[in-house]
Order: sequence, then structure tokens, then C-alpha cells
Amino acid sequence: MIKAPGRRGSAVCCRGVTLDVGSHAILSDISLTVEAGSFVGLFGPNGAGKTTFLRALLGLVQVESGDIMLFGDAVTRGSRSIGYMPQSRTPNGATLTGRDLLASGFDGGKWGVPWVSRAGYAEIEAVLEAVDAVSLADRRLGSLSGGERQRLLIAQALLGSPRLLLLDEPLASLDPARMREMALLLRDVARKREMTVICSAHDINPLMGVMDTVLCLARGQARIGPVDEVVTSEVLSALYGAPVEVCHAPSGRVLVSADGL
Amino acid sequence: MLAYDFMRMAFAASACVALLAGPVGWFLVLRGQSFAGHALSHIAFAGAAGAALAGISPLAGLLGAAVVAGGAMGLTGRDTGERDVAIGMVLSLAMGFGVLFLHLLTRSAATATALLFGNVLGVSGGMLASLAASAVAGLVVLGLLSRPLLFASLQPELAEARGVSLRLVSTLFLMLVGAATAECAQITGVLLVFTLMVGPGAAAQRMGLAPPVGILCATGLALGEAWGGLTLSWWTDWPVSFWIAVLSVVVFLLAGLRRL
Repeated sequence: MIKAPGRRGSAVCCRGVTLDVGSHAILSDISLTVEAGSFVGLFGPNGAGKTTFLRALLGLVQVESGDIMLFGDAVTRGSRSIGYMPQSRTPNGATLTGRDLLASGFDGGKWGVPWVSRAGYAEIEAVLEAVDAVSLADRRLGSLSGGERQRLLIAQALLGSPRLLLLDEPLASLDPARMREMALLLRDVARKREMTVICSAHDINPLMGVMDTVLCLARGQARIGPVDEVVTSEVLSALYGAPVEVCHAPSGRVLVSADGL
Repeated sequence: MLAYDFMRMAFAASACVALLAGPVGWFLVLRGQSFAGHALSHIAFAGAAGAALAGISPLAGLLGAAVVAGGAMGLTGRDTGERDVAIGMVLSLAMGFGVLFLHLLTRSAATATALLFGNVLGVSGGMLASLAASAVAGLVVLGLLSRPLLFASLQPELAEARGVSLRLVSTLFLMLVGAATAECAQITGVLLVFTLMVGPGAAAQRMGLAPPVGILCATGLALGEAWGGLTLSWWTDWPVSFWIAVLSVVVFLLAGLRRL
């Protein structure tokens, strides 16, 4: 579903975008629009370009051709309207507390000394509350579990009240119950703060009922659409180039299953 | 002991050095770049020996070589594993050249000892002035750099997305490390730069303090260790560098006990 570029109500609009990693085109000539306020699940096999796509939205990867508009404006690096949670998330400084970590990144792009004002700390408290992480903030990073650390980093991504949240595998290395808990938390926070979310994940199932839009990247191509249109055996099998089965369980749940997916 | 001019000079000089080495060392430990700091001191040694051979002030050679090498290291920086090998190679080459320069110098023994183990009791007025000037310059740069540096050290990917130029920050920081190393070498000698650079920073990190407090703590420890070393040396007549090294390790071990 391609819409006119820069149209009001679109959060992300890509026109004929080609992205290279090294000299190798990882996405070629993709066009897509993400509606403002939608929760997008971003899927694709390893190396399909999920992270590269997110980094292009952040202005960290230059487009080879085509253009990307965010809320009608060209991509600028360090934009305040984007919150980001990168994939590698074992921050240095195991002896620091969660609050120290968030304070260290607060306005961290500006020159000067790392001193955070009272208003800054109030904002940090507010984002910690938003993801129910206040009790984690006084603990040392080295003593937190993976899920707890992820919760802190999601709080950090909310600093500056972004309109678009880019999450690179926030559910990775969590057990199934924590995965679901994290997915529901993301949905609630996104709704409350009226954010557009693009959340990459390996497994489709934990995001069922949370996302409203699916963006699949595979073999250089992109396919975006509502969940029930894209999450079908035909579409996913064609995209992945391998048989993918979508099963509708009697409970109403949809399960996606494939060898190696 | 403060009745003597050379002691007053020594206290003032080590204060200049500690005020820069403390905070720079804190960041060095946080970033896991202690080895780079160690290498810079050896490159500084080659620079100083070369300067002495050419008849220029060794301090200028020390500072110039360390700052230039720090900048080069930052610009070419890569993954840590590969970098450690590259740094190790450059370090040994620099030491080799240092030895050659000293060999070519006729009055090598005294110069070598001063360079390798420090000569804080022989600080002249002019030397103190240049130590103070480079400490002030270094602190000004660090004041501007510390916020993006802290962010980039803790969360590089996020800092990059927020608009921090990782390469610029890392290069400026390593040049700063070069300057701090050169200053330190004046007091402790190139072989014991670690005692004032890494010791206080590592001890402060161990205590798990919030960054601004940790930086101040590292600075205080560096100052305390430098002055403590001078005082103990005065009483015992043993070398200053020895006492600073002992204090540095003792403080580091004590900091481990304090850990929560």
C-alpha cells in the first residue's frame, strides 16, 4: 500500500529506497508508508536488513537511492523525534545504577559536563514510571537480568518524548512469559504516549495482538500491510522462500511455524 | 619539608598532574582503554628521548609524541582485539627507538632514569608553568568533551544515533590521554604512569559511584596519592614513584572492600 509521499498522518514514508551494506545492496527499491500511530512488527530472516533499515531511519546509514521522510521531513541524524533502542544492550559500567545510566545519556549529544538538572531528573523519573522500572533504577547494572535491563533501555528510549520509537529486537533472549509481558508493556506505553512504533523481532507470535501492521523484509524486498493480510501462509512462504505455516488455533490465536523460523 | 623550594615545586607540579590524570584516568578505565594509555606512555618515552637527542626540551617531545600518537590511535581505531595487537606492535617499536635514542645520547644514564622513573624533585619554574598550562588546557577540553564522552563510552550505538560522532570523541579523548600521560611521566616516569592514571580511576570505578562523583573521587585520589607519595618519600628517602605505586595499589584494594 503505497501512499502519496509526505502525506499527513504518515510517520515513515520510503520511496524507491535502496540501502547498501558495503557494496552489497541489502534492500533494493523499496517503497512503503507507515501510518502515524501504528505499531509495526518488523520481521525477516537474519541479514535481511532489519537493523540496516532502522539505522537508515536514524540517518546512520545513507540511502543509496530514493528518499525517506519522517513525519514529512527528511531524515536527520540525532533527531529528537525518534527514540531508539539498539540491539546490543550490555552497557559498559556494570557498577553504575540504572538511574546513572539514564542520566549519562540525558542530552548526551551536547558538549559540556555530564551534569543533569533537576528537571532532567524529573523527566528520568517520569519515563522510569512509564515502564514500571522505578524499582530497578537504584540497582547496579551488573546485577540486573536481561529483561530488567531491557526495561531500563526502553525507559531511556522514551526520554525526550519521541513520536517514533525504533526498537531493535527488544524481545530477544527473554523467556516466553517475559516476551509477552514486554510486548504488552510496549503496546500500552505506545498507546498512552501516542507513539508510532517499529519493533523488529525474530518470532512473530509474541507480537500477535500487539502489532497492527507487519513489515517483512526478505531477499531485498519489503512487504507491509495489516496483520491478517501479511501473516498468511502464502505471503510469508513467498517472502522467506521457504514453507511457512500460519495456523489459527481454536482459541483465536494465530501461530506461525516454519523450519528454522 | 615545605621550607625547601624543590619540595614546594614538587607538590605544585604533582597537583597539576593529578588534577588532569585523575579524571582522564577515570574515563580510560571506563572505556577499557588502559592498554592504550600504557602504550602512549611508551611512545611518549621515545618522543622525549628523541627530543633530548635533538637538543629540544624532553617535555615538549613527551607531550608532542603522546598527543600525536593518541590522535592517530583515535583516527584509526578499530575493534579492540585487533587494536590491542596493533598497539602492542607500535608500543614495542617506540620503546626500541627510545632505547636507540638514549644509546646515541652520551649523558644517557641520568636522562633515562629521569624519563623512565620520573624526576619530580627536579622540577624547574619553567617546567611547572608548562605543566600547569597543559593541565588547564586539558581540563578545558575535558570539560567540553565529558558529556558526549560518557554517553559514547557507556552506550556507543545509542550515542551515535543521538548525533555523537564516535570517532571525533574517541580521537579527542586519546589526544587528551596523551597529554595526561606526558604530564604523568614527569612525576612518575613513563614506566609508572599507570599508578596515577589508571590506579585512582580504577579505584573510583570499583566504588560504584555515580559518574560525576566518581570523576571527582578519582581526581581526589590521584591528588592524595601524588602528595602522599611525596610526603612518604621525604620521610623515608625512598623514591617518590615507589610510594605512589604502593599507595595506588593499596587504595585500589581498599576500594574493593568498600564495594556494595
